Amino acid sequence: MLRLHNFIRPAFRSRRWAHNIPTFSHLNSVNEEDIAHFSSILAPTSILSTLSSVSTPADDIAPYNVDWMGKYHGQANSVLRPRTTQQVSEIVKYCAQRKIGIVPQGGNTGLVGGGISLQKEIVLSLGAMNNVRSFDPVSGVLVADAGCILQSLSEYIAPHNHIMPLDLGAKGSCQIGGNISTNAGGLRLLRYGSLHGTVLGLEVVLPDGTILDQLSTLRKDNTGYDLKQLFIGGEGTLGIVTGVSILTPPAPQATNNIFLALPRFDNVLPLFQTVKRQLGEIMSAFEYIDRTAYDMGLQHGLGPLLSADEVGDSQCFVLVETSGGNQDHDLEKLNNLLESLLTADEPLINTGVLSQSPTQFNSIWALREGLTECVQKEGKPYKYDVSVPLADFQNVVDAVRERMISKGLYGDHAISKVMGYGHVGDGNLHLNVIAKHGYRPELEAALEPFIYEIVAERKGSVSAEHGIGSMKRDALHYSKSEISIEWMRKVKQVFDPLNIMNPGKVLP
Amino acid sequence: MRPSAVRLLNILVPIKRAVDYAVKIRVNPEQTGIDLNVKHSMNPFDEIAVEEAVRIRERLKDAVKSIKVVTIGPPKSAETLRTALAMGADSAVHVEIPDSAPSPEPLGVAKTLKALIERQKEGVDIVILGKQAIDDDAGQTGQMLAGLMGWSQATFASKVEVNPEQKVANITREIDGGLEELRCKLPVIITTDLRQVQLLNEPRYASLPNIMKAKKKPVEKLTAAELGVDITPRLETIKVTEPPKRVGGGKVANVDELLAKLKEAGFTGKRA
Repeated sequence: MLRLHNFIRPAFRSRRWAHNIPTFSHLNSVNEEDIAHFSSILAPTSILSTLSSVSTPADDIAPYNVDWMGKYHGQANSVLRPRTTQQVSEIVKYCAQRKIGIVPQGGNTGLVGGGISLQKEIVLSLGAMNNVRSFDPVSGVLVADAGCILQSLSEYIAPHNHIMPLDLGAKGSCQIGGNISTNAGGLRLLRYGSLHGTVLGLEVVLPDGTILDQLSTLRKDNTGYDLKQLFIGGEGTLGIVTGVSILTPPAPQATNNIFLALPRFDNVLPLFQTVKRQLGEIMSAFEYIDRTAYDMGLQHGLGPLLSADEVGDSQCFVLVETSGGNQDHDLEKLNNLLESLLTADEPLINTGVLSQSPTQFNSIWALREGLTECVQKEGKPYKYDVSVPLADFQNVVDAVRERMISKGLYGDHAISKVMGYGHVGDGNLHLNVIAKHGYRPELEAALEPFIYEIVAERKGSVSAEHGIGSMKRDALHYSKSEISIEWMRKVKQVFDPLNIMNPGKVLP
Repeated sequence: MRPSAVRLLNILVPIKRAVDYAVKIRVNPEQTGIDLNVKHSMNPFDEIAVEEAVRIRERLKDAVKSIKVVTIGPPKSAETLRTALAMGADSAVHVEIPDSAPSPEPLGVAKTLKALIERQKEGVDIVILGKQAIDDDAGQTGQMLAGLMGWSQATFASKVEVNPEQKVANITREIDGGLEELRCKLPVIITTDLRQVQLLNEPRYASLPNIMKAKKKPVEKLTAAELGVDITPRLETIKVTEPPKRVGGGKVANVDELLAKLKEAGFTGKRA
C-alpha cells in the first residue's frame, strides 16, 4: 500500500535543505498518452512538452523549470496552460486518475522553490487565465482570474481610485493566484492587513478535480468553516486557486514620509509606540534599517538624506509613511509628532527629514527599497526572512555576526557583512548575510540551522512572508510543533489523499 | 591705513511654488489651464538657488549677514517658504495673491521684486534665483529684474564665487558649446542652471530640527498693492488643450498591403 508520508522524517537527517529531494514512487511520469488526452482538453498552443508528439524546444519550456534566482531547477517534461477553470478541473481529474503530480505555477517569482517541479510532476501554469471578471467601484471588490499579474490589476483599478491591498517588488511579474497561495506580505501589510483578511472568496480546483466555488463578495459570512483560509498560504498543496475575490481599498489622496536617525536600537520600540499613537490611522509603513545597511546604501549611491554631522553615531534608522485623505490633516499630525519627538527631554531621535515633494518622497523610499539591490552588488547574499519579536531585531543580527566572528568567518575573506532591515510594523526582519566571494558549504553550515534555532528560541517564524516551498520544509519544525505539523498532514490527507498536488512542498 | 570694514552681504532669493515635476500634468475640464489640485513643491531651479545661497554663507561664514527668501503666490506658497527657511534661509516675505487670481507674469514679478529690494533698509547685494520656473518656462524674471535695477546679471550660472572684500562675484555660466566666466560687480542678479546640481550642489533635505527652527523664523506678509505694484497679467489665455493623442500602429500582412497603406497616407516612391 502506498504510504503517503514515508519520505518525511524531519530535519535531523540533513542540513542541506534544498537538496534532499524526495522520490515520488507513488507518482507516474507524463507520457505520450497523457499528452494525447490533454490535447482533447486544451488547444495545441496551451500544451508545452519535450515529448516527441509535441516536441517543444527546450528553450521554451526552460522558463517554467527555473526560478527567477536561478537557484532551483525543475524537472518537468510538460507544461499546461489552461484558459478556463473547467479546463483546470478536467486536467486535475485526469491527473488524479493517472496519479500524475501537479505543480501549480504563477509568475514564478517565489524565493523558496515552491513553484518548481521536483521530479516528474507536470507544471500547470495559470498565466493564460488573466481576465478581470468584475470590479465594483462602490464596494471596491475585485474578482479576477488567478493568473492576473498584480501590477495589471493595480492599473485596472487605478482609474477607479482604488489600489491593491498588497504591493511587492515582484509586482510586474507575480500573479494574484500565486500571491494568495503564498500569502504574500509586502509593503502595505501594516496598513491593509494580510490576505487572510482582504481575500473575500476563492474559486479552487480541488485535487480530485472538483471545483470549489467560494467566490463570495461578502465581507461578512459566518456560515461554517472558512475553507478558503486553507488555500491562502497553502502553496498549492491543497488545490489550485483559479479565481479570486479581493477587497481593494480606496487610493490614499495624500502621502508623506519621514526618515529618522535613532541614537540606539532600544529607541525603536518606544518610537514605534509614539508614532502609532500620534499618527493613528494614517500610518501606513514603519520600516527599519540598521546602521550597516544604511552605510552600505550610502556607499552604493543611495541618499544621502541626512547630513553626516547630524547622523553622528546613530545606530539605526526608521522610515515612516503616512497615507490619508487630506494633506493638511496629515501634515498637521506629522508636524505635531515631529515637534513632540524633537522637544522631548530625552529625544528618541537624533535627527530626520520630512519629504517636501514627491521627488523627495520617492528618494526616501528608494533608500529602503534599493537595499536589496545593493546587497546583490556586495557579494552573494544569504537571505533570511524571519519574524521575531520587535525587541529582538538587533540581537538576532548581533548573534549571527558574533557567531561568524567566533568561527573566524567574519571579514572580507568570508562573510563581509551581517545586516538587518525590514518591516518593524509587522515584526518581519530581513536578515542579510553577505558572502563576499560567493556561497560556500562551510558558511551555510555555520548559518543553518543556527539562525533557525535562534529564531525558534524567540518563538519567531522561520518564514515570515516567503513561505516554505521546498527550501524550508525541513525547517518547518522550528516554527510549528509536532502536533501542528501532524494536523497539517491530516488536512493534507483529507484534501489530497493521493498526494498529487504540489508534492514535496511545505510539509516535511 | 586702517583696513575698511568688510561689507556684510545681504542675499535675496526669490522662489516659486510650482506643480511638482514628478506629477503628470492634466488640462482642467474647463480648458482654462491645468489641473492645480495636485502636489506642488518648490520650483527645482529655485531650490538650487536657495541651496547655493546657503552654501555661499557656509563658505563666507559671517560675511553673509542675511538670506531672505521671497515668493509671490497664493496662501499655500507659505509652505514653500517654510521649506526654504528649513534649508537655511533666515527670514521670508510672502507677497500674497488670492487663490483665484491668475499667476503673475515675469514683468509683474520683476517689478514686485524691485519694489521689495527698495524696501530693504540694509540693501541687497546678491539676488539669486532659478533661471526659469518649470510651470510657465518663461525664463525672463532674472533678466527683467536686472534691467529694472540696472544691476549686473549672470544668467544660467553653474558656479558662483563671491569675494566680499572686493565686492565682486566670479560666475561660470552655461553657454552653447562651453562655459563662460564672468566677473561681476555687486550688486548682482544670478540665475541658476541645473548643472549646478552636478557640479556643486544637490539641494539638501530639510532636516527635522531645521523644520522646527523654520517655524519660528519671521515671515512678512505683503500684497502687491502695498508695494505699489500692478501684477495684473497682460496676456490673456484663450484656451488650453492637450496635444492630440498618438495613434497606435497597425500590422500589415504583406508588402503589397504595406505599399497600399503608404500610398493611402500620401507617401509615393520614385523609380531610381
